[in-house]
Amino acid sequence: MLQNVGFIGIILGIIGRFWPVWLALIVLLTLSFMFRRRLGLYGHLISSGVGLAGVIIVGFWLFTALFAGIVAPFGPLEQIVVMKHALPGSIEPATGIPFYLGGDKLARDVFSRMIYGSRIVLAIAPAATAISLMVGCLLGLPAGYFSGRIDALLSFIANLVLAFPVILLFYLLVTPGIMDTPVPYAMAGFFFIFPILFLCALFYTGYSKQKAKLITLLGLTLIIGGYIYIGLVFDRDPLNLIHIEPNELNIFVAVAFASSPGVFRIVRGLTLDIKTREYINAALTRGEHPWYIMLWEILPNARGPLIVDTCLRIGYTTILLGTLGFFGLGMSSESPDWGTAIKDGSQFLRLYAWPALVPAIALMSFVLGLNLLADSLREQSLRD
Amino acid sequence: MLKFLARRLGIMVLTMFCLSLVVFFFVNLEPNLKRLAIFQTQQRATEQDIESWLTRNGYRDNFFVRYGRWIGVVKQQPVVDPETGAVVPRFRFCDEPAVPAYNGILQGNFGCSTAFKTKVSNRLPQGLRATGLLMFWVMLTMVPTALVIGVLAGMREGSRLDRGLSILSITSTATPEYVSGIIFSVIFATWLKLLNGSAATATSEGINFYNFTLPVMTLAIYGVGYIARMTRASMAEVMSSQYIRTARLKGLSFWQVVMKHALRNALIAPFTVIMLQFPWLLSGVVVVEAIFRYQGFGFLLVSAASNNDIDLLLACGLVSVAVVLLTQLISDIGYAWLNPRIRMS
Repeated sequence: MLQNVGFIGIILGIIGRFWPVWLALIVLLTLSFMFRRRLGLYGHLISSGVGLAGVIIVGFWLFTALFAGIVAPFGPLEQIVVMKHALPGSIEPATGIPFYLGGDKLARDVFSRMIYGSRIVLAIAPAATAISLMVGCLLGLPAGYFSGRIDALLSFIANLVLAFPVILLFYLLVTPGIMDTPVPYAMAGFFFIFPILFLCALFYTGYSKQKAKLITLLGLTLIIGGYIYIGLVFDRDPLNLIHIEPNELNIFVAVAFASSPGVFRIVRGLTLDIKTREYINAALTRGEHPWYIMLWEILPNARGPLIVDTCLRIGYTTILLGTLGFFGLGMSSESPDWGTAIKDGSQFLRLYAWPALVPAIALMSFVLGLNLLADSLREQSLRD
Repeated sequence: MLKFLARRLGIMVLTMFCLSLVVFFFVNLEPNLKRLAIFQTQQRATEQDIESWLTRNGYRDNFFVRYGRWIGVVKQQPVVDPETGAVVPRFRFCDEPAVPAYNGILQGNFGCSTAFKTKVSNRLPQGLRATGLLMFWVMLTMVPTALVIGVLAGMREGSRLDRGLSILSITSTATPEYVSGIIFSVIFATWLKLLNGSAATATSEGINFYNFTLPVMTLAIYGVGYIARMTRASMAEVMSSQYIRTARLKGLSFWQVVMKHALRNALIAPFTVIMLQFPWLLSGVVVVEAIFRYQGFGFLLVSAASNNDIDLLLACGLVSVAVVLLTQLISDIGYAWLNPRIRMS
């Protein structure tokens, strides 16, 4: 029989393990409150209860992912045979450190896996959202601004993607077989070009008068962006610094693909609304280039709803990632990400609840934090 | 109105065509065909055997010809055994016509399921019926709950009731099915022992309160939050409009204003949202059926995808896309019909 630290021991132990996270949160919140008046939207955000709760939860997970190595007592794949299906709080005999939230079916520490899982989720979800944001902006702006044929075509394509139930899309796009075909690489090639295009268009239209600045910015974008692009899409990074596993690339692209049309629709709608404003007419009279108007006049004025949507979308992307893990698509079977852990745990759910319950609550709390943040942001932007 | 309807229908048919092409392309990717051939030629086949099996059964024909056959606008050629000259069907558990014939979706033939060793049309209606039943109960519980929460929250914007209900609906939108399913079955099945943690008996013995509550609850909870928030926004907007103030100033009681004047107008926007919930429900159904072992459409989709069952996966893809498009159409028409401002123009 394994020794157990008991309920109070578990609670105190877990709170103790998170010490770097608490420290970081205290520093963040103290600084935020000190400079509240100078922080604009963020300052208003932490003044409201809901917003503060959102900031704390999201910050908590952010710092957990950062300090995962310190917080987690065991490795995500470390198996200690005696701890198979161990009860929460059971003490591991060799090190004397308890498995705070029990052991799973392969005798790994559920708590440590949940901590390491946050790393995967917090790496992929915001990045995939960022890519889909740029795709949505770069396609949604001209669709709304020019209307007509471009709009009809792009909207039709967006509706095509939206008409797919997400799960079917994933079963078609994220299968082991698809790695042998060029499809994921073609899609990655398509999606990863957008950040480069976006930045180039932004700098080109914005700094066309300042030649020196324009050339440095464009050069930097092309060199750094191109380098990352070659590393990610072709896996041919000459220095071997940037590398992504083919299955991760596949997941990333599938998630970005699934959430881009949503961004497109929102950006298009906002553009349709904003382009009728006075200051757009003023820019037109000045003879500005259409892309300058789109990127430097419309986009900054659409930022309020876009920030809210981005918050919600990171949550949605997290849910999508969890769905992929839950169906065992794309992720390797021993990956500690929350979706895969929920799938593994649900096998023996009726006998051992904790291996599934812990990542489930982790995922829910992170998405809840983002939703609270979004809700509070929306309220703030309505007040202005 | 007729012109609007015709236009919408035209777009829908075009979308359906494009999507069926996409589904057909992805399901018939080379690795999938190879796996199918390996499976059908008893594992130890050489590269040549696989190739000849694929050629003989028409999988090496032009992509569009194969698509046409599947849809049923190109004649399907019977498969002839090169040695005996006899006609053999592609899979031994399904018969196929011995003469070239149109035999595709349009003729009602969905092909042959290799996972269940029977015709797809023998399994699909059964699965759809089971899922339809689940959806019916979900809608029956989800919609009224969500509307009541939304109306109560939006009635007096900013009140304590509004705050509480809003937090509740935000929490529910943060809980995907695979999370709420796990949490509910731990609470209600393992700890309280009130309900069945599995809906497997629902397929064999019919549904009852014990085996069906958890799946319905799990599926409804995500949608409730979303619809409630839409209803709340719509209700809050209506409550701040001029005619509501007029009605209040006329001396009508608060509840009379809510019930007679506000409700009808506030429920137009949520209607669209409810119809657009179907695509999400369809994904949710797949998750819930996997968690609670309920044999419906989602179960078929998962088995088809994991067993490389090409014809069944094609059929499932087509059905789910059709359901989504149909609900979009209904939502468009319903919105135009409910909203007099659009109906007139």
